[in-house]
Amino acid sequence: MSIVQASMPPQSATAELPSVWQRLRTNKNLVALWFMLPAAAFLILFLAYPLGLGIWMSFTDERIGRAGIFIGLENYEWLWSDTIFWLSVFNTLLYTLIASAIKFAIGLYLALLLNRHMPFKAMIRAIVLIPFIVPTVLSAIAFWWIYDAQFSIISWSLIKLGLIDHNINFLGDTNWARGSVIFANIWRGVPFVAITLLAGLQTVSPSLYEAATLDGATDWQRFRHITYPLLTPIIAVVMTFSVLFTFTDFQLVWALTRGGPVNATHLMATLSYQRGIISGRLGEGAAIATAMIPFLLAAIAISWFGMQRRKWQQGSDND
Amino acid sequence: MTNFTLDRRSLLKGGALTLATAATMSAEELLGYAKAWAQTAPWKPEAGAKVNLLRWKRFVEAEDVAFMKIVDAFQKAFNVTVNVSNESYDDIQPKASVAANTGQGLDMVWGLYSLPFLFPNKCTDMTDVADYLGKKCGGWADSGKAYGMLGNKWIGIPVAATGGLVNYRMSAAEKAGHKEFPKDLAGFADLIKGMKKNNTPAGMALGHASGDANGWLHWALWAHGGNLIDKDNKVVINSPETAKALEYVKGLYDNFIPGTASWNDSSNNKAFLAGQLYLTVNGISIYVASKKDAPQMSADINHAHLPAGVDGKTRELHLGFPILVYNFTKFPQTCKAFTAFLLEPAQFNPWVEAAQGYLSPFLNDYQKNPIWTADPKNTPYRDVAKTANTPAGLGKMGENAAAAIADFVVVDMFANYCTGREDVKTAMASAERSAKRIFRG
Repeated sequence: MSIVQASMPPQSATAELPSVWQRLRTNKNLVALWFMLPAAAFLILFLAYPLGLGIWMSFTDERIGRAGIFIGLENYEWLWSDTIFWLSVFNTLLYTLIASAIKFAIGLYLALLLNRHMPFKAMIRAIVLIPFIVPTVLSAIAFWWIYDAQFSIISWSLIKLGLIDHNINFLGDTNWARGSVIFANIWRGVPFVAITLLAGLQTVSPSLYEAATLDGATDWQRFRHITYPLLTPIIAVVMTFSVLFTFTDFQLVWALTRGGPVNATHLMATLSYQRGIISGRLGEGAAIATAMIPFLLAAIAISWFGMQRRKWQQGSDND
Repeated sequence: MTNFTLDRRSLLKGGALTLATAATMSAEELLGYAKAWAQTAPWKPEAGAKVNLLRWKRFVEAEDVAFMKIVDAFQKAFNVTVNVSNESYDDIQPKASVAANTGQGLDMVWGLYSLPFLFPNKCTDMTDVADYLGKKCGGWADSGKAYGMLGNKWIGIPVAATGGLVNYRMSAAEKAGHKEFPKDLAGFADLIKGMKKNNTPAGMALGHASGDANGWLHWALWAHGGNLIDKDNKVVINSPETAKALEYVKGLYDNFIPGTASWNDSSNNKAFLAGQLYLTVNGISIYVASKKDAPQMSADINHAHLPAGVDGKTRELHLGFPILVYNFTKFPQTCKAFTAFLLEPAQFNPWVEAAQGYLSPFLNDYQKNPIWTADPKNTPYRDVAKTANTPAGLGKMGENAAAAIADFVVVDMFANYCTGREDVKTAMASAERSAKRIFRG
């Protein structure tokens, strides 16, 4: 074959020129590239560029209205020994873990309930979505009133019932405040988990349940060996999103507590905003935001590698 | 009233008369005045200028109405457009900062505290406007200069301040054994203690409330001789004086109504008007609201300056309202003319009256406005400029001091100790660390 190539006549090269163009013109991969370009430009402009800029900013001492100079890792060194930063990391992890776990448990339970045949099924399913539809800031303001130190409806009711004799300090006590914001986040996040899992449940073929019933499987066995395995892929996707949303939550906490009392509810996102935008130190704010990336990557990695496994894809043990 | 169009001569002749008529000017009269002013003004607005102005959302409705009347007259007289948008206290600064950073969206901002100092190199030099107004209106109070000037340059015009003064129910204070409002720190602490015992509690914000919490906690720090920075902007927060201030505030906090660690700027207003809170530190807005909605309560409300510090001097941190013009605006002359017009006696006097004490002036002549003495309960708010300090305290106002107050360095120190999260030493050390970081280099 090498002889054929070596003896290729020179004129054939010139003759090929138009055909290169011809080939390019009809090349499907190239056409596909062109079609992808708008999307890629979008991603680069609105995702990659801001992300890169944010990371770059975290290595500078930029302030609002004034370009910064490169200061290397100084922002990170400072954060490393900053107790408020570590408190915010702890708060964020606590917030994410507890809220996500409870959201999953309640969401799955609700999905199983809603999957049954019952009257007004469509309407009830729609109602469940309400917390998800209400704008976050609106629900945060509603919760702010519910948790108010003086006017809380919960405190008021309990006092009228004679169960307690003074208002509960919902947002003023560190533990109460953490619990309160987590509860508000759960209230808001459950519908997303429930409805998505419900969609997953609908794809499970009823014949499987029929067969299992004929074999005398109990409710639990049907859940454990049919529902749960078939639902695993969608659980992985839903929980990835749920964890990401919770980890990066901002509005709810900012509207409810602004990170108080004494920074007990400061999440990394709220601290980043306070330092970067409110206090004007963009570099430090960007460093806090950048510090969130490893955590987010870890969350994505877990579900990504999990979904590569057949056990997760098909829910069986044959991996 | 169309024949009421002042020309330049009659305006100058009017002099003192304008001040008297100003309060009762109708819209047409105001327009006539504005037209006459336009002829003499040292700033000539750009033709067809469109100015975007952002201001804080009103707390007193009549103030906003009066403000919009001035805007309207200015627009018609100069044939320009001024778009006014409102944002709540908390959202002003982020929006202004984004505009400063991107160089577009807004031409001028009427904001809070030390806003111009957060990005001084994005502010137009307003020295000519300040000099013009100072000459015309009896000069600037020292605190006004501190709030407006960076070095020898005015980077913002401090339009007014809302005083952070004690609002209290006279009956409750009297019952706690203080017929006269206490003038020293010990008396004040005793009053708070007594009020708690009578179940008519006091309460001041210890949460991230940019106006209320910063205000009274800086007073407490300064009253005991503590300071975040000294006159050379060196961090000196870790001191025995600060420790005393911490102990003092803890003593007050223990006698407060529960929940103040979660309070934001509106919490004390709500609780006071609901009759659950009997003493707090706030602007005059509670009194103004009660006059309309709860006349019985308003008869029982009075105001006082916070007690003097250990050295006998009263230093308070009031909520200043500076107006700034970005240096990237296409219409600097319009913005300057508008700022000057706003603070002219003919506009400012009726506006201050409409605000019913919510706007305390930094220009000396406006302390003579009858609003301050017509109701003796307003009088303490007249002297806000005299006790006002900038967030820098002894130091020089600049972007670092502005950053420190925005990051709640002092508030967090007090809250950390009062809620028992940190002891005195740790609370001071954390604040020192944060402050040193901000004031480095």
